[in-house]
Amino acid sequence: MTFPFYVSPEQIMKDRADYARKGIARGRSVVVVGYDDGILFATENPSRALHKVGEIYDRIAFAAVGKYNEFESLRVAGVRYADLRGYSYDRADVSARGLANAYAQTMGSVFTTEAKPLEVEVVVAEVDSDPAGDELYRLSYDGAVAEVRGYVVMGGEAERLQAVVAGGWSEGMSLPAAIGLAVRALGSAGPDGGADRVLRSGQLEVAVLDRTRPRRAFRRLTGAVLDELLAARG
Amino acid sequence: MTPDDGGRLPAAFTALGSSSFVDFLAGAAPELLPGAARGADRAPGGEPEVPHATTVLALTFPGGVVMAGDRRATMGTFIAHREMRKVYPADDFSAVAIAGTAGLAIELVRLFQLELEHYEKIEGTLLSLEGKANRLGTIVRGALPMALRGLAVVPLFAGYDLARGDGRIFSYDVTGGRYEEREHHAVGSGAVFARGSLKKRWRPGLSEDEAVEVAVEALADAADDDAGTAGPDVTRKIWPTVATVTAHGYAEVPADRLADVVARLDARRAAAGGDR
Repeated sequence: MTFPFYVSPEQIMKDRADYARKGIARGRSVVVVGYDDGILFATENPSRALHKVGEIYDRIAFAAVGKYNEFESLRVAGVRYADLRGYSYDRADVSARGLANAYAQTMGSVFTTEAKPLEVEVVVAEVDSDPAGDELYRLSYDGAVAEVRGYVVMGGEAERLQAVVAGGWSEGMSLPAAIGLAVRALGSAGPDGGADRVLRSGQLEVAVLDRTRPRRAFRRLTGAVLDELLAARG
Repeated sequence: MTPDDGGRLPAAFTALGSSSFVDFLAGAAPELLPGAARGADRAPGGEPEVPHATTVLALTFPGGVVMAGDRRATMGTFIAHREMRKVYPADDFSAVAIAGTAGLAIELVRLFQLELEHYEKIEGTLLSLEGKANRLGTIVRGALPMALRGLAVVPLFAGYDLARGDGRIFSYDVTGGRYEEREHHAVGSGAVFARGSLKKRWRPGLSEDEAVEVAVEALADAADDDAGTAGPDVTRKIWPTVATVTAHGYAEVPADRLADVVARLDARRAAAGGDR
């Protein structure tokens, strides 16, 4: 006769958290940096079609690390949430805060009730006409939300890259400077030594929420535009 | 809209499959679809008295289309609104104009605009012009129950076909039937007169400026003979809405340019009219 083992709730949650963290750590990092005219998203992603950064609404964007199928379904849910809200009220009534809440509840609920937690981390960002009004929310696999100021890094080596970004970030920096900082952080050598890598435009996925654009602020930076900005970073 | 227990997004939000906002709405919040309202099958004593949008038209020129609409909404013989907008951008490369029950039509345009943007955000690419035209047909068909109650909406759709490199026009009936029009088309109460005018004034190889003039003239002709259509209102400076769609995208003709077009048209007609 066999007896089921007792496993404490603490242990269950710890195991799930470890599982999610391991999944997230396997992926490449995403760097989100505020600059004078908006918010910049950059990640090392050679794919032209499978994006980690996406447009949600007029002034709101989404970035994620972890398992593609899981964050893609969150992104689609976010677009549906925002479009439905904007359709039933008004475009001005769609906010990053509301979306971050909905994501937090969803991710938290999956973490506690389903067999497997989501192996994703998400950033929801919104630009305002004034840089002081910009909002950045970072959500982790268990539904924890943090509002951050200025910049945020997610993914496998988040802490190390965060230190690089923290060392170079200043309020009101220009777009080329912000791209330079993000790309330097993404290419910086890991703790196991080796030289810093210089990432080329073809290896990067870069997008901005540009507060100077009239309605839809989201824009992907690719090809010649990105090359020009990479050359201008100094 | 209301997330289920605990604020978690309902399953419909994360479900795989459709990139269509209309399909999503039908599952998640069907009460928000235009024409979903229930009630009496038909108002007693014929058609209900609600504002109607009247004449809109579109014509092609090499490299694009011009779309125009007058500004009047009528309720029977009563002018309900004199600054109504009947021409809207559908997305960056297409425009939609409406005739029929104003309230429903405005809602239908809002839904159609969102449908195109939603697809673009989810798929990361634009729909083809044919694809957009078919989606509009589906949306119009969805409002068929309202049309049968006497509240019909008939849109006109025009856009720049990025694959073919020219402007195209599509008209619809209340059942969502979609018909591609060549050269030019008009719908609404003054459409008969506008079409007559377009037939005489349209020719192949019009320039963009000439096409705008032909559109304004056709609306003026429609206003001449149809009580539901307003001509250019020089006193209040209310001009028709005129938009162009070309490879550069959707653009509206600014008011000062329309004022010039109207002034030239008036001068020409006054000269031709002579003394009475």
